[in-house]
Amino acid sequence: MYDQLENIPIAEQAEDEKFAHTFHVCVAASCLSLQSDKVLGALREHAAGEETGHHCRVKGVGCMGLCSQGPMVSVSHRNEPGNFAVYGKVSPEHAPALVEAAREREVVSELLCDTGMPFFRRQKKIVLANCGVINPERIEEYIVAGGYQALLTVLTEMTPGEVIDEVVRSGLRGRGGGGYPTGLKWKSVAKAEAKRRKYILCNGDEGDPGAFMDRSVLESDPHRVIEGMIIAGYAVGAREGYLYVRGEYPLAVDRLHKAIHQARRLGILGDKVCGTRFSFNVDIRIGAGAFVCGEETALIASVEGLRATPRSRPPYPAEFGLWNEPTLINNVETFANIAPIIQNGGSWYAAIGTKESTGTKVFALAGSVHNTGLIEVPMGISFQEIVSDIGGGILDGRQAKAVQTGGPSGGCIPAEYFETEIDYESLKVLGSIMGSGGMIVMDDTANMVDVARYFMDFCKTESCGKCVPCRVGTVHMSNLLEKICRGQGTDQDFWALEELCRVVRETSLCGLGQTSPNPVLSTLRHYRHEYLELLRNDDQQQCTDEMEPAS
Amino acid sequence: MLLKTRQLDPPSADKRWKFVQAVMRRNGYHRSALIETLHVVQGAFGYLDPDALKYVSLSLGVPLSRTYGVSTFYHLFRLKPGGRHSCVVCQGTACYIKGSAEILQSIRDVYGIVPGETTADGQLSLLTARCLGTCSLAPVTVVDNTVSGNQDPQKTLEMLGRMADSDV
Repeated sequence: MYDQLENIPIAEQAEDEKFAHTFHVCVAASCLSLQSDKVLGALREHAAGEETGHHCRVKGVGCMGLCSQGPMVSVSHRNEPGNFAVYGKVSPEHAPALVEAAREREVVSELLCDTGMPFFRRQKKIVLANCGVINPERIEEYIVAGGYQALLTVLTEMTPGEVIDEVVRSGLRGRGGGGYPTGLKWKSVAKAEAKRRKYILCNGDEGDPGAFMDRSVLESDPHRVIEGMIIAGYAVGAREGYLYVRGEYPLAVDRLHKAIHQARRLGILGDKVCGTRFSFNVDIRIGAGAFVCGEETALIASVEGLRATPRSRPPYPAEFGLWNEPTLINNVETFANIAPIIQNGGSWYAAIGTKESTGTKVFALAGSVHNTGLIEVPMGISFQEIVSDIGGGILDGRQAKAVQTGGPSGGCIPAEYFETEIDYESLKVLGSIMGSGGMIVMDDTANMVDVARYFMDFCKTESCGKCVPCRVGTVHMSNLLEKICRGQGTDQDFWALEELCRVVRETSLCGLGQTSPNPVLSTLRHYRHEYLELLRNDDQQQCTDEMEPAS
Repeated sequence: MLLKTRQLDPPSADKRWKFVQAVMRRNGYHRSALIETLHVVQGAFGYLDPDALKYVSLSLGVPLSRTYGVSTFYHLFRLKPGGRHSCVVCQGTACYIKGSAEILQSIRDVYGIVPGETTADGQLSLLTARCLGTCSLAPVTVVDNTVSGNQDPQKTLEMLGRMADSDV
């Protein structure tokens, strides 16, 4: 029997007993760029200076969610689970006061964030349960928080078929944006016959501008993703996995390297996982900046060391993937959902959210709202709740105009539809997609034609160039939008733009091309008058200004 | 195995080639290690020069055309040396909506460079990023690996000015 998972919590608890108060300082990328490491250092210095020496503990933790209030610090006290204070906008100078207050079990009121506010109350944390609580660089803390228990259950008590059944029962759908049922995908990979071996691939190429969910999960709770991958490996019969992470996320890569090393040391990765007969290895592959890598066949090409160009499907990667072997590709967030599903059962998960879209979804809330950051909400929540309650309303007392979801593949949801329940289907009906979870709130000053132009410019530079509709179509659409933005567009241009949108959508090879007209189509549908106004006024200069030159 | 015997002499006696050799060896000189290796070369030398591309191609048994293809396909690889300092302006959606284009324009006005260019004196390279994932702090810039949030043209220019002063 594998006893590490029992011994470590006992040792950790003995260590915990030494400290009466614990400071959690967010050291995820967002707070770190606001110098939270200096806050951490200052708190450590002052905590160590106390006469008893062991009263306060200061640890670095992952993202606490409310990034706009960064750097974030929270304080908890031993044996007082309800007594919890969260501070925002902390600077190193505040350290003495914070340590003093913690010792007296008081709070520093001018820095205090109200934990009763909707931003905290309205969320339901499953994927992010450990984010902001545990130190991502110590596997011990993940184990104390119940980590790798699901893996042990799977390896010792369940057959691969039972694991897949549990995932099917949960109704979990791919969190990368497509929403394909995860259980079905696992089933087909399990069924596929390998020539030599099968592979697990974790898609951490989060390329959508405005999306940072995967980065936060990888930086704040890397073991959760690794555990999900090992369970998937057991379920489908794979012994090797690759974690593909964007080159733009050096901190996430660094923490993953540490996490993999620690898991190997404890025998959780490698030969004989947890002392069983199952073996599994994970390696990291670092991207080099190509949005198209989010597409699964392009991702496979990139892992193989080639240019990331997609190929047509079928055959799907489930049969014909990495090195032409059956490959399971899931998103970071999908893998992060696996351990809780195994621990609590598929039906528990299915009870959350809506009937067709179960569970929770992590969104990266940004744009013109008071509270921006990382949120996890049950599916079926409305935009209104996210914008007004969780987001705290629009900045400067303005009105909300739209929410952009799904990045360059998605669209804009106008304020009139804010009562819509968010799930995969309802967003599609409105002309957008769930996407990976970027959510950008725009106020009434936003110029929707310019937003469409921005995304088309993005798709134009990111098109891999393999198929003609996308390579040529995006350039033409971008030029037309540019012209319309400058107020020089004619009726003819407008007509050509609509026609091009249709052609590119229908004929492109991969998801990037097929969805690239979405931002235009959705703004055309909801804000057609803005386009038409630009057509009529010949000399108006509506475009904010030029973007980077086309490369 | 044939693949494992490709250990070639590096283009120069520079010690940094040791890192490059180490990563290729760790990957068994397999062709899939191409992107990894290019990352290491760029990390060590700052950019990918023709000699480096040839050396990596021969070592991994990959045609030079493919190595060139890969190094031009991905945005993070650069074939020209960068400036002494670098300034990356994020062009993600949140940053764009909050005015990152104005920051780019101000840098253009003062330093006369557009994204991808380096000043004539080789002091500053201007780059853009598609999204740094720090959208809550939009607009974001990265000056010499220091990420700064809530920027505006004035703040960024001040920071670039301070950086130039610190060299003197």
